[in-house]
Amino acid sequence: MKWLAGFGRFWWDFVVGDDWLVAVLVVVAIAATAALAAMGVAAWWLLPLAVPFVLWLSLRRAIRSA
Amino acid sequence: MSTGNAFLVLSSFLACAVEMVEALTIVLAAGLARGWRSALAGLGAATAVLAVTVVALGPALTVIPLQALRLVVGALLLVFGLQWLRKAILRASGYKALHDEDAIFARELAEARDAEHVERAGVDWYGFTLSFKGVLLEGLEVVFIVLTFGSAQGSIPLAAVGAAIALVLVAGVGVAVRAPLARVPENTLKFAVGVMLTTFGIFWSVEGAGADWPGSDAAILGVLGFVLLWSFVLVGLLRRERRLRLRTVEAQA
Repeated sequence: MKWLAGFGRFWWDFVVGDDWLVAVLVVVAIAATAALAAMGVAAWWLLPLAVPFVLWLSLRRAIRSA
Repeated sequence: MSTGNAFLVLSSFLACAVEMVEALTIVLAAGLARGWRSALAGLGAATAVLAVTVVALGPALTVIPLQALRLVVGALLLVFGLQWLRKAILRASGYKALHDEDAIFARELAEARDAEHVERAGVDWYGFTLSFKGVLLEGLEVVFIVLTFGSAQGSIPLAAVGAAIALVLVAGVGVAVRAPLARVPENTLKFAVGVMLTTFGIFWSVEGAGADWPGSDAAILGVLGFVLLWSFVLVGLLRRERRLRLRTVEAQA
């Protein structure tokens, strides 16, 4: 059980890293892109618009907590 | 070679080179402080574990439908890439200390020299585990990048070519100079890798979500330019902000 928790923590740190909000916002943006695409809307622009905002937000959080 | 494939080899090469420079520093510290036998045994054992991981996961990934794979891989790469990019921007703007391979080497060497000597299975245990853990952890990132990049672009062998070139180059120079590769512009490389990972993450996530890029594969260039430009803008803004903060602190002192 302890090994499993350690294994999970390792992958969490490896992929998600210091800021969990980035992962959440990325998933939300991709889900919104998929929803728009399913409705037949050209949705390629959504993620390139969302990512700069997510990066800026994450940097602000990192600087605030430093 | 298509735009996508050229970027695949380049991204794989850059990302793997950065990770291998870090692994080399740890193996060198283990070898010089605890003896080459234990350091090389650790290196060999970690390489074997990584090879098994590639053999086990590589073929499994090729079975997954491409759109689903691009969705998952794109999301993972995007989150992973934004982590790299955030750290790189914080370093470039002065909010985070620059990665210094010489300082890391000196610290690892001092710790390795001070550690107690315990021999297990004929090797110095500290030297073995230091080398094993270092190579395994840095190598897992290489495996992750090669498998995800390669599978999503439809060519794991091409991604492996980029990694192999990086391995030969870093190991060759490492053996020749027997010192940490401090002259490699690691912070710049990390910035470039962060930009590349984020670019591929955006590109594949959009395709995986079922949307089409105008211009198909050539859109990667547009995304790359956009991510690069935004990253430079952020570095500029944060540098300016930090300078103003320091001036305010100095004025108050």
